[in-house]
Amino acid sequence: MSRFRNAVVSGLVLLLGRGRPRPEKDPSRIVPALPPNPAAELAVLALLGLSALSALGFVLVYAFADDLPAQNQLLGLTIGGAFIFLAVALIVVGLKLVPTEEIVEPYPPFEHPGEQQVLAEVLEESGSRFSRGGLFKLGLLGAGGALGLALLTPAVSFGPLFQVKQFLSTPWRRGRRLVDETGKPYKASDIEHDNFYLAFPEGTPDQGREQMGASLIVVRLPPSTLRLPPGLRDFPADGGILAYSRICTHAGCAINMFRSPLFQPDEPRPAFVCPCHYSTFDPATGGTVIFGPAGRPLPMLPITVDGKGYLRAKGNFDEPVGPSWWGVRMYRPNP
Amino acid sequence: MLTRRAIRALDQRSGAAPYLRKVMRYLFPDHWSFLLGEVALYAFMVLVATGIYLTFFFVDSTKEIVYHGHYAPLDGQMMTEAYASVIHISLGVKAGLLIRQTHHWAANVFIGAIVLHLLRIFFTGAYRKPRELTYLIGVTMLMLSLLEAYLGYSLVDDLMSGMGLVIGYSVGLSLPLVGENLMNWLFNGMYPGQAALWPRMYIAHVLIFPILIGSLLAAHLLLVMLKHHTQFRRKRAQTEHAIMGVPAWPGQAPRSIGLALATAGVLFLLGGLVQINPIWLWGPYHTYSSTNGAQPDWYLGWLIGGLRLMPGFDVVIDGYTLVPNPFWGGAGFPLVVFGFLYFWPWLERRFTRDYAFHNLLDRPRDAPARTGIGVAMVTWVVIVFLAGSSDRTAVIWNTSYVGQIHVYWVLVWVLPTLFGLIAWWTCKELQAGERVVLRRHEAEAEARLARARRGEAEAPGEPSAVEP
Repeated sequence: MSRFRNAVVSGLVLLLGRGRPRPEKDPSRIVPALPPNPAAELAVLALLGLSALSALGFVLVYAFADDLPAQNQLLGLTIGGAFIFLAVALIVVGLKLVPTEEIVEPYPPFEHPGEQQVLAEVLEESGSRFSRGGLFKLGLLGAGGALGLALLTPAVSFGPLFQVKQFLSTPWRRGRRLVDETGKPYKASDIEHDNFYLAFPEGTPDQGREQMGASLIVVRLPPSTLRLPPGLRDFPADGGILAYSRICTHAGCAINMFRSPLFQPDEPRPAFVCPCHYSTFDPATGGTVIFGPAGRPLPMLPITVDGKGYLRAKGNFDEPVGPSWWGVRMYRPNP
Repeated sequence: MLTRRAIRALDQRSGAAPYLRKVMRYLFPDHWSFLLGEVALYAFMVLVATGIYLTFFFVDSTKEIVYHGHYAPLDGQMMTEAYASVIHISLGVKAGLLIRQTHHWAANVFIGAIVLHLLRIFFTGAYRKPRELTYLIGVTMLMLSLLEAYLGYSLVDDLMSGMGLVIGYSVGLSLPLVGENLMNWLFNGMYPGQAALWPRMYIAHVLIFPILIGSLLAAHLLLVMLKHHTQFRRKRAQTEHAIMGVPAWPGQAPRSIGLALATAGVLFLLGGLVQINPIWLWGPYHTYSSTNGAQPDWYLGWLIGGLRLMPGFDVVIDGYTLVPNPFWGGAGFPLVVFGFLYFWPWLERRFTRDYAFHNLLDRPRDAPARTGIGVAMVTWVVIVFLAGSSDRTAVIWNTSYVGQIHVYWVLVWVLPTLFGLIAWWTCKELQAGERVVLRRHEAEAEARLARARRGEAEAPGEPSAVEP
């Protein structure tokens, strides 16, 4: 029985194994010979076809894009698909169709002492005619350095240097009215409690409004809650209208949140919050920092109400506007 | 025959046959983690290709115009020509959105792949002699890529990009001693700068930085080739002196090209299917406007975290401001991280006194101190990164923002120490475990030997019947 089984098995092996010789190391070849893999070849061909179809699909989608819904998605799917199918085809080629034998070979030498010796000798010997080698090197260094300096000089034209003054100029002057985004002047009666207002100096063009010193955040607080330091006591108008620079003193973003306390235990005081890094300023105490990374209080603008009820600046900010720089506390904005 | 004729013609005219032969049979050791650097390279190619397309439509001007374009909600708004041109690319140019989104995705994947590649290099000690130069060039490319990506993000001039730009300006302004002059010089005056700024950023983004990164990339790859790849020791044939790998042709080439195409394919799929930075929704930037809950691209998350986590103070001596606050989170923190990366190979060499050449990679457990310090650094950066998202978690889970920041003040020092120590201890334990196994194998071998000898001496020709 067992002999019969052996005969059947060996017969099957002979029959099925025919035409599939075991790979042998052929010394005349560099790349080892492997048996064909028709299944993988077929898969690669199919993938190449799919890739081509996908790529042509991209062209079609592009041509009729205006009549198609979700054109961006279809464009992405077709071109992405073309790449992916081609990629998979090549990876199948790499893993199943070309030999990926692992070869061992020596690493290149860590160094080449002989070549090093030759290089050193050539360099050392080529200078033998110079009797004042040190002086020559110094001269070369001087000429090269001076030329480098000369070539760098035109880069100074990029921008002004040593001009702190422009950091201190703002469009605010005594008597300038506060206007809203449309240019309409604010009246003291426009400023309500629990709200905040964006203001610009009257008469500045659109580009001028982009200056760091132009925009204001204006709020009204109950006069009894104000705890302003002595120098800022006469800055508010109409008892409780306060005007601060809108630009955070930390990283220059626009302050766009006025936290008017809705829930006293959690948020005891009204506060300005910058959305970039959450520097939080107290409008009642002259813009002092109560939380967050800002290092300086928010600059405050002195304002007043004129005879017709309009809000007007009384002068310039008490502190430099915008993010801080080396020595910022030594300066005051130009009056 | 055609192949042979082509090769002959090429060699006769260039003499390149010996070099091409070397390149074709260049060996690539096989390990999945060696592909991370390749992904970065291919993402860079996609960036260059899509970027070139975008330059044909982008306008590098901050001239204010009144918008009348494809996006009706912004109709009639004042905006810069730069922003209007990017809205046009996104909504008016056929396939423009696909290319723009693919470009943006490619930037995110590019930097992600570099960071993962760097982690692989660090934790396996691949930067050791003789590959320090390759490593330094790589770290420099990471730094340049961050700046390059930031420039691209800023060029669009939507509300988010403007907010990012003014933060960068403030960090520059805060640099001690040189800040105000440097920023005045770069921006041609005080923020938001003059008309000159946009052409400057543009030429930096599309020419200067790509050339710098491309040249360093070439040097990086050349050095890799000259010194050959490092390898893990998985087989006996792999030693410090012998490399084992698959030759570039025919084994490696189809797989590598396949990976390149797959990278491009995935990036295009992302660009088509997954929306990124829909700039028309943000609106134009003005210095006086901002938005809540803004988050930068992921690779700048650690810097916004650093800026937000810093307690509020400027360094002031006797009324003179020396270091404004944004310096710490925006410049000091990345300087420490990059300083660590630049000096690490020399620091390690000093302390381990390992001046030898290395071609074999360490496993993380083989160098417990390096792994511990690396894990601590990674944890440090990741915690700061997470702190940068506190405003989002505050909204999503209704937790206090201020409370989270206070927790992070503790975590940012405690967790790196803790995780570093755990990593170091784990490495030590793994090593000890391996030593136990090794000793057991040795002891068993000795016992077998001793038994064999005893058997020979006592009862020649008879196998020992009793197992000990």
